Amino acid sequence: MSQLEMPAVAAGPAYRRQNQRRQMSDRTITHLFIWPTLILLILMNIFPLFYSLYLSFNDYSVIANEPPKWVALDNYEKILTNERSRYWHNFTVTGKYAVLSVGLQIVVGFGLAMLLKEKFAGSGLITTLILIPMMLSPVVVGLFWKLIFDPSKGIFNHLIYMNATGGKEWLSDPTLALWAIVIVDVWMWSPFVVLLCLSGLSAIPSYLYEAAAIDRASGWFQFRRITLPQVMPLLLIAVLFRTIEAFKQFDLVMGLTGGTPGDATETVSVRLYREAFLGKFKTGESSALAYIVLIIIIAVSNLYIRALNRTREG
Amino acid sequence: MATIELQQVEKKFGDLHAVKPMDLTIHDGEFVVLLGPSGCGKTTTLRMISGLEAVTGGRIILNGRDVTWAHPSERDIAFVFQFFALYSHLTVRQNIAFPLQAQGESKETIRQRVAEVARLLRIEHVLDVKPGSLSGGDRQRVALARALVRRPAAFLMDEPLGALDAEFRETMRAEIKRLHIEQHATTVYVTHDQIEAMAMGDRIVVMSDAVVQQVGTPAQVYHDPANLFVAHFIGSPGMNLIKGRYAAGTVHLREGVSYPVPDFWVSTLNEVLKGEGDVILGFRPEAVTVNSEGMPATVYATDLHGGYTMLHLDLGGEEIVHARAPRSVHYPIGTAVRFALEPAMVRFFDPVTEKAIVREVTA
Repeated sequence: MSQLEMPAVAAGPAYRRQNQRRQMSDRTITHLFIWPTLILLILMNIFPLFYSLYLSFNDYSVIANEPPKWVALDNYEKILTNERSRYWHNFTVTGKYAVLSVGLQIVVGFGLAMLLKEKFAGSGLITTLILIPMMLSPVVVGLFWKLIFDPSKGIFNHLIYMNATGGKEWLSDPTLALWAIVIVDVWMWSPFVVLLCLSGLSAIPSYLYEAAAIDRASGWFQFRRITLPQVMPLLLIAVLFRTIEAFKQFDLVMGLTGGTPGDATETVSVRLYREAFLGKFKTGESSALAYIVLIIIIAVSNLYIRALNRTREG
Repeated sequence: MATIELQQVEKKFGDLHAVKPMDLTIHDGEFVVLLGPSGCGKTTTLRMISGLEAVTGGRIILNGRDVTWAHPSERDIAFVFQFFALYSHLTVRQNIAFPLQAQGESKETIRQRVAEVARLLRIEHVLDVKPGSLSGGDRQRVALARALVRRPAAFLMDEPLGALDAEFRETMRAEIKRLHIEQHATTVYVTHDQIEAMAMGDRIVVMSDAVVQQVGTPAQVYHDPANLFVAHFIGSPGMNLIKGRYAAGTVHLREGVSYPVPDFWVSTLNEVLKGEGDVILGFRPEAVTVNSEGMPATVYATDLHGGYTMLHLDLGGEEIVHARAPRSVHYPIGTAVRFALEPAMVRFFDPVTEKAIVREVTA
């Protein structure tokens, strides 16, 4: 035994005890990190999730001084079948809004990305500027677009009709109000599609286009057979994200129209808010509505994810 | 089939001269290899022929038609890329059909032609898979099939075997050569591998520093290199090049080492060097015979290359001479030997211009 090892062996047990007091084991550290997060998650997410599921089968109002009353599927039945409650109207508005908004965002976003893909003087600056709308708060965007759409002072009519006074009343005309929200959403979120598409377009190797040029493929043929299929996975991700967002659309509608005129722009989320937090505070019924929205979003997401997997495999 | 003419074709990238003005005529049905080290301008030359790179000056004539400024699609050429350039989202069948679909051919024609080239390249069994799941060799076969299916006037190949491992390279080299013989298509082939160039080319264009160094058959560039670069670059190892001084029919290489010039060279050297002057003696390793006569040297190292032995002979501590000997030959390191040169395989170079001294052949 060497001289160097002697003191260590002699001080071994005492040293270990001291060390144990000073240092925590890996297991303790793991528990210290995991449990607070887990408890927070259970309290803030999991419990409300299951409690709201339970409430969706009850007749319950959070402001009434009565305990929840079990009504089984009555809330769901009312939402899906009762015509007087006009929930179908809210679903139609949301569906129309989602299709128009996401469709236009994809067209505008992809188109802009195709233009920005080509490098030119100032293209970096323009790309940055184009991305600004999606960095703003939806409520702020709603408020200033309200001014832009203003029939007497707003610049929108002025630009479209070259005449501010004789223009349309975008936010109070029932046939135009949803379009107005679509326009703002497209303005705000097309940059997101631009961003995704640009990353997809720049990842297409230039030699594929060179090979296609040699193969005598026209520009349109190259777009159809190379560009589009190569960008498709990212395009589908953009569609998925934007569709989910469109189904949840709340703040922009509240900022612009608050669901008016009448209930022309009342999306499911706005209706949900009204049912849950205004008037009678129908907590049970609105929980059921929230679950229906959740199921729709999961179903739509699944469809997209399947399509996405097909483009990757097939 | 096609004839390709390059007339004073050059390419500059800013201040960098990638290809200095070059003239080259590639005949109908010929297999021409552009050979040179990385960055010599061979790929740029090929890309200029294809139209993927615009020329800075000069003219490119394809089958008598000036195509200098024509789009690649207007040149009726096919290009095989080093890294295959296959469309990863399409199946092999769709990849091969791509050029035909782009030209709006009928479904029946496409089906027939794809089946034809797939049979030719023996890739029928992979037609319905994506290129990603294929081996390097099969991917390059698909790339070749896509080039062949269009029946273009000329094939341009940019290091098509560069991305393959050694085993596939040998097989594919033979396949490309066979295809060329069968199709008799004008082919321009770029490589940095001189063995590949020697094996495949009808003619080799040796390039270095953006300049064409020599154009000739494989035998010409090997046996009669135009300059020191070609002499050194072609062959593995390259030509032995030893500095010396010529006077009165003898080249003095070192103190006590001199080489008596073969009689048929004497008059040329006397004339070129005005009787006396510095010269570089060049000879291939296989021109050396180690025996009891000739120039003295010591064995520096010996390598067995399977079929033969490469002897490295130290010529007075300054120059190493590579000599090819039968595989049974083995000398311990440091052995004093003598070696002679096969007179017909000896060449001379001017050390100043670096060009080969050309022997006058009297009829």
